Amino acid sequence: MEAARAPFIPARRPNEGPTPLFGAYGIVKRFGSFTANDGIDLEIRAGEIHALLGENGAGKSTLMKILYGLLEPSEGVVTYKGDIVQLPNPEAARRLGIGMVFQHFSLCENLTVAENIALVMPKELSGRALADRIARLAIDYGLHLDPGRPVWSLSAGERQRIEIVRCLLQDPSLVILDEPTSVLTPNEAEALFTVLERLREEGRALLYISHRLDEVRQLCARATILRAGRVVGACNPREETARSLAAMMVGSAVREVTAREAVASGGERLRLDRLALPAPGLHAAALRDVSLRVCGGEILGIAGIAGNGQAELFAALSGETRAPDPDAVRIDGKPVGALGINARRRLGAGFVPEERNGHAAAPLMSLSENALLSRHPTAPLTRFGMLRLGPARDLARRVIESFDVRKAGPDPAAGTLSGGNLQKFVVGREILAEPGILVINQPTWGVDAAAAAHIRQALIDLAARGAAILVISQDLDELFEIAGSIAVLHEGTLSAAVPTGETSREAVGLLMGGSSDHGPAPQATLPRDATMAPAPAHAH
Amino acid sequence: MRLDLVPRTVRSPLLDILAPTLAFVAAVLIGGVAVAALGVSPADAFETYFVTPLSEVWSLQEIALKAAPLALVATGLAFCYRANLWNIGAEGQFVVGGLAGGWVGVAAHGAEGFTVWILPAMLIVGTLAGTAYAMIPAILKVRLGVSEILTSLMLVYVAQLLLDYMVRGPLRDPAGYNFPQSVGFDAAARLPYLMEGESLHAGVLVALLAVVLATVVLARTLFGFEVRVVGASPRAARFAGFSDARLTLAVFAISGGAAGLAGISEVAGRIGQLQPEISPGYGFTAIIVAFLGRLSPPGILVAAIVIALTTIGGEGAQIDLRLPLDLTRAFQGLLLGLVLGADVLARYHVRIVPGGPTGRPAT
Amino acid sequence: MTLDIVQMVLVTVLTAATPLILAAIGELVAERSGVLNLGVEGMMIFGAAVGFAVAMQTGSTLTGALGGAGAGLLLSALFAILTVGLAANQVASGLSLTILGLGLSGLVGANYVGVKRDPAPHLAIPGLTDLPGIGQLVFGQDAFVYVAVALVGAVSVFLWRTRAGLTLRAIGDDHVATHALGLKVRRVRVLSVLFGGACAGLGGAYLSLAYTPFWAPGMTAGRGWIALALVVFASWRPLRVAAGALLFGGATVLQLHAQAAGLGLPGQLLSALPYLATILALVLLSLGQRGGGSLAPAALGRVFTPSR
Repeated sequence: MEAARAPFIPARRPNEGPTPLFGAYGIVKRFGSFTANDGIDLEIRAGEIHALLGENGAGKSTLMKILYGLLEPSEGVVTYKGDIVQLPNPEAARRLGIGMVFQHFSLCENLTVAENIALVMPKELSGRALADRIARLAIDYGLHLDPGRPVWSLSAGERQRIEIVRCLLQDPSLVILDEPTSVLTPNEAEALFTVLERLREEGRALLYISHRLDEVRQLCARATILRAGRVVGACNPREETARSLAAMMVGSAVREVTAREAVASGGERLRLDRLALPAPGLHAAALRDVSLRVCGGEILGIAGIAGNGQAELFAALSGETRAPDPDAVRIDGKPVGALGINARRRLGAGFVPEERNGHAAAPLMSLSENALLSRHPTAPLTRFGMLRLGPARDLARRVIESFDVRKAGPDPAAGTLSGGNLQKFVVGREILAEPGILVINQPTWGVDAAAAAHIRQALIDLAARGAAILVISQDLDELFEIAGSIAVLHEGTLSAAVPTGETSREAVGLLMGGSSDHGPAPQATLPRDATMAPAPAHAH
Repeated sequence: MRLDLVPRTVRSPLLDILAPTLAFVAAVLIGGVAVAALGVSPADAFETYFVTPLSEVWSLQEIALKAAPLALVATGLAFCYRANLWNIGAEGQFVVGGLAGGWVGVAAHGAEGFTVWILPAMLIVGTLAGTAYAMIPAILKVRLGVSEILTSLMLVYVAQLLLDYMVRGPLRDPAGYNFPQSVGFDAAARLPYLMEGESLHAGVLVALLAVVLATVVLARTLFGFEVRVVGASPRAARFAGFSDARLTLAVFAISGGAAGLAGISEVAGRIGQLQPEISPGYGFTAIIVAFLGRLSPPGILVAAIVIALTTIGGEGAQIDLRLPLDLTRAFQGLLLGLVLGADVLARYHVRIVPGGPTGRPAT
Repeated sequence: MTLDIVQMVLVTVLTAATPLILAAIGELVAERSGVLNLGVEGMMIFGAAVGFAVAMQTGSTLTGALGGAGAGLLLSALFAILTVGLAANQVASGLSLTILGLGLSGLVGANYVGVKRDPAPHLAIPGLTDLPGIGQLVFGQDAFVYVAVALVGAVSVFLWRTRAGLTLRAIGDDHVATHALGLKVRRVRVLSVLFGGACAGLGGAYLSLAYTPFWAPGMTAGRGWIALALVVFASWRPLRVAAGALLFGGATVLQLHAQAAGLGLPGQLLSALPYLATILALVLLSLGQRGGGSLAPAALGRVFTPSR
């Protein structure tokens, strides 16, 4: 597809200065009645790392997909070196020199590294030639990969390297990175920043999408801030504080969460003793020797990068996976390892899994039916096996009122609610049961700031009423805010819990990475890049 | 040109009924073209297929007698299909039920005195046999993860061969001139007729009862809720404490039992003895009925009547218009395909986007 | 002359396996791209009927074979529209096409029941075909057999040594990721379904043009379903499909010979052997895979609705 070569004079420009390398002017994107992007102007210059900031739902993903040709704007133009260009598909974007590193990697798990890279390469570049190019990139940028390994066996950092290598092989002039550090350990993130700096020095432009303000302030000299589909500000992040950036992103003062001292007022309510479980599937994690205890009134936070056993730990706690030893899991002293989830609920436990759409709630079913879903063992919602739909509707109504769940219609399908509102519903559904123990996985992932604050406050209040709460989260800020003590889950092993006041983000971050760096691949026939961190004592 | 499908967030009840109706109309139109190609007037064919059977008492009874097993089997299948479990072996479960129950009937031949127990025993045995036969693919799926599609289907052929063997061998009527059939059942072993001198038998009532029962169970019981959740969101079902394995066994038991009951009802009702063929493909036609009725018992009842109507009409067309029975079968397959396609209208907003496969829209 | 007897048995095994290979290799390609086509039986029998009818009308086995393949392709096009274009339920759609195919085959074949035709010509190379022990087996078969063998090799090479094959496998592994990368998921799936349908139709044509060779209603007798089982049994690998087909061919032949030998076993039991063997094979496969997870293409059977 030939790019239209008509010089474009925009009606207004976000800033002064020479013609930028890439520009987006007046971008509007509607999905039915919902407007994701509402008149966005953005300019990216060569040799700069430009941050795109905003909360979840601000429109960053949509804008980024438009720039990469995955979506077509309802209105507006994209320009390259001052000329309007058409981007009907990623092919065209790539030909123009736009490359993208996705947040959720577009990798086929059962294919090898080389096969995944080959998928987007021109047909002529394959086999030996491709392997050579990959090797060269590894040397130049320190992005080591073993071409023959299947993707399912790689860590998140290694998988991201595939995405980056795929991107760099096209020699892009613009690289878009979507939340690149969300699955990386702090050390992997540092390694990534080194690569990004290198790219910037080569004169490429980078669009860095993130909501991690400290990173942005470290990396980026310019930032555009989106809120509710519009540009609400542009600045130099290094001249701002994290607080001022957050204020621009959220737009109004976020309700301060009243943290409390971690006071374990009650006895021990939840206990795991040396729990060990084999990996349930090909791409899952095993649990090794996990022990923990949570007392009434206490909030224990479990930190860790995604994929280190969080889902498996949750399933073991909830009873969706039975423990081989019934004593390994105890609720209020009773061994429950062999009991299923409903038996545990009847003992006073509540559970909120990570995935709200499809796990915590059935998206095609109504809210009252979803209230039934987890509350039928503990609320009077059935009689002799028959459903009592009236009380189910009442329960749903109570949850909706006390947790301010916004929805359309009296009893809509759960899938029609926005992320934040559905999360408030599934959390509120459990909290209203006044559980003695609550296990919750990623309480505010993908949730807007106001809803997140509401949820965190509800958790704190529940603990204040004597419940024992276990929070599994990838968000260190969240854990440091609400948890009284923190333990770290890494490759299925849980570190000892440490009171929050006695530890630091750096210490936790180190434990998250296993206290060792992920160095080059074991079959390193390539010379080690001198700019990489020293190789660890044990290869990964 | 590109077809874009955007899921609807709110289901429109009007479309839910309109979609299969449109599909039916389309199938009839296409059938009309096919009939014309075979040299028959479409208007005559339409009348023979759809109108004539509704105009006579005996054919109305035939429709009811054909619709009953279809509705019964399809209702059982609805439980399986809603849970995303593909029981394709209902035909085999039907045959096994008829065989087992019929065996009781043969064994009870000539019994005197207290014979009231015979018919209930046949029905129960037939139902249980169907359940047991359906447990084979169910257990293989639950314990070993074997595809239930393939196992249940293979067992259909096995069941048919088993019936054939039994009827030509151990259960053959010794006084039957070597015909492959069992002895005729006594009156006590037959389903009672509903009206004097007519052919409508109690099997119809059994089917109606099953439909009503299934409607209540699916909509108002915890088990029915379980079935509905498991199909739509299996992880949510596990979160609700519903056991995959238990549910798989339960829905296969239900659909196997329903098919077995339909089988023995057919044998004890219409046929009155065992013979090598006791099902004109009810088990497979019921699959069409289940989807036509959109996996909901009331819809299934309507769909069963429609399909029965076309089958009777097809038999009439074979005699009056020399149209082959295969035409009916092809029509039914086509109808199912069109219903599935029309279902898209109910589930998605369909947009046709001009331009290349990935081209820009006009706006 | 036991060598000749052995060869004769091997030939019967090979010919019994050929329709299975043809149908299964086509289905393998479709499933590798993520589409489960349960309509194979209908496409096969429709191919058998149309193939016979075309061959009778034109007098040529070749056009008959092409007609059979075309018939399977036509039915699979309907299937592709339903499942890939309209994202309909793949199981139900496949079944609807099986029933449609069965009905259509009866209509097309009605005039040809009981009609006899010369079987497809066999290869005859002077010198080679007469070799004792292997001459007939390797050099004396009809074109269908050689096409089947060639297809196994061609599909192998295609899937693992070409870019297009890699794309197809990737799509069957993860249609979300490949779509995000800009690969043409739906187009590839439609093409692979069409290929599968053509192969199934060709397999059916083999039955009515070379194997029996005449048309009889329901003559596929569930071979399409066995082909589906074969794909699973072969873990979606072409060479194993061929091996499995030979095994099943062997079971069928065993049953025929046992019946002829009058072993005293009921004929129905022997007829049931292939079906029971299929179940047994699937069970053994599952037992062997305990703890290893499934080797199926990860996106198999899942609905794909891309948004733009």
